[in-house]
Amino acid sequence: MKLITAIVKPFKLDDVRNALSEIGVQGITVTEVKGFGRQKGHTELYRGAEYVVDFLPKVKVEVAVSDELSDKAVEAITQSANTGKIGDGKIFIMNLESAIRIRTGETGSEAL
Amino acid sequence: MEGQVIELAYALDTFYFLVMGAFVMWMAAGFSMLEAGLVRSKSTVEILTKNIALYSIASIMYMVVGYNLMYPADGNGVVPALSFFLGGDNAASDVVASGGDIYYSALSDFFFQVVFVATAMSIVSGAVAERMKLSSFLLFCVVMTGLIYPIQGYWKWGGGFLDAAGFSDFAGSGVVHLCGAAAALAGVLLLGARKGKYENGKINAIPGANMPLATLGTFILWLGWFGFNGGSELMVSNVGEANAVSLVFVNTNAAAAGGVIGALLFSKILFGKFDLSMSLNGAIGGLVSITAEPLAPTPELAAIIGAIGGILVVISIIVLDKSKIDDPVGAISAHGTCGIWGLIAVTLSNGDATLGAQLYGTVVIFAWTFVMALIFWGILKMIMGIRISDEAEEIGVDVAECGIEAYPEFKK
Repeated sequence: MKLITAIVKPFKLDDVRNALSEIGVQGITVTEVKGFGRQKGHTELYRGAEYVVDFLPKVKVEVAVSDELSDKAVEAITQSANTGKIGDGKIFIMNLESAIRIRTGETGSEAL
Repeated sequence: MEGQVIELAYALDTFYFLVMGAFVMWMAAGFSMLEAGLVRSKSTVEILTKNIALYSIASIMYMVVGYNLMYPADGNGVVPALSFFLGGDNAASDVVASGGDIYYSALSDFFFQVVFVATAMSIVSGAVAERMKLSSFLLFCVVMTGLIYPIQGYWKWGGGFLDAAGFSDFAGSGVVHLCGAAAALAGVLLLGARKGKYENGKINAIPGANMPLATLGTFILWLGWFGFNGGSELMVSNVGEANAVSLVFVNTNAAAAGGVIGALLFSKILFGKFDLSMSLNGAIGGLVSITAEPLAPTPELAAIIGAIGGILVVISIIVLDKSKIDDPVGAISAHGTCGIWGLIAVTLSNGDATLGAQLYGTVVIFAWTFVMALIFWGILKMIMGIRISDEAEEIGVDVAECGIEAYPEFKK
């Protein structure tokens, strides 16, 4: 199993979610985060004083998938979150040791 | 029949005082929202506490001693006679016998006045936001509303020496707004800037947490100001007075509108963008500018006076920042700088006013309030300190001083 973490632009969330649903991913967790990579922040002006906004709002999407689905999930995210402009985000893939469904106690791929 | 008309006029004018006073009371909500919107979320509860507490302290102190100091039965023009608590009210027979000279309830006059002292006091709360000790602030309230404000109010509206000198201040650009700003300035100078505001010669922006609240507060103040200026005509029960009140309402609105547009355009020119927070201050600045004389000008002149006020607010905010005087909400600029402009602008439309008398009143009000405030802030600073600790400032006054968070569930 793999745990896929993707940092994407907030307005792309719906596209990413739909793309993942289409390939059969059933569960997803979403967090609002701030961050930057090589995308620079911007300068704002408040009452005559400049200030730099470094940390940009992003959305973190986490999905747990079986190994077979992993490549397709990555591709789905990459295609749906892409705008071609700087700041599109990144995807990280981690090995997922185990997973448990709380309600039934199922483990492994059956829990996903 | 004539007795009935006199009684009816008395009732109408009394009603007018009460309703206009209620409008001005609503400005307390306006200040609360404006200030809550312009500070950081970690300072929100404290500023709200200050606002509701200062209004309450003002109500009590003015009732106990302030009102009687400001409108004493006796005085030599500089020092009013001292007395406590409010008296009774007019008997109907006395009112009728006076032929209409006694035309309003004595208690309605108190009610209309008490909301003004609260306004002056609330100007201070914004300027000292985010780093002042709550208890020190509340103690200062007691002195400001019980002594400092009433004495200078007596000098003008209580019939004291400023009034005798021909100083003109219709609704309080000087007596209320400049007075509040002077006390605020004294406090801010002894308090120091917020941590991180001025660093290495740079002015750092500390953006407010809630622009919708700030805007709501400004609109509430705008509405309340119709009571502030309108009620200060003090009478409505005949054609002349009703027309005067109407003109005051129109001029007040025009000045506020002028202030917004002035600040908006000026900030566009200076910063390249329309700054909302500056335009909110512009509205207030415009309102303060017309408050010394909202009756004599034409609406067009009122709009221009307001627009100049709006531009002055923006300039003043920048100048204060460059002078390392940290005023998170622009209170000193909107109420002090524009208060002074309002007092001078009286000469543009009121033929009875002279520049000399206006400047005299300006200097006296500012000097008295500033020096007295400096003394009392200084005493508080020595006895108990007026500033929160560095650590408390980092965590935020809400948690450090009040033990409550404004938005406990919205933690980043």
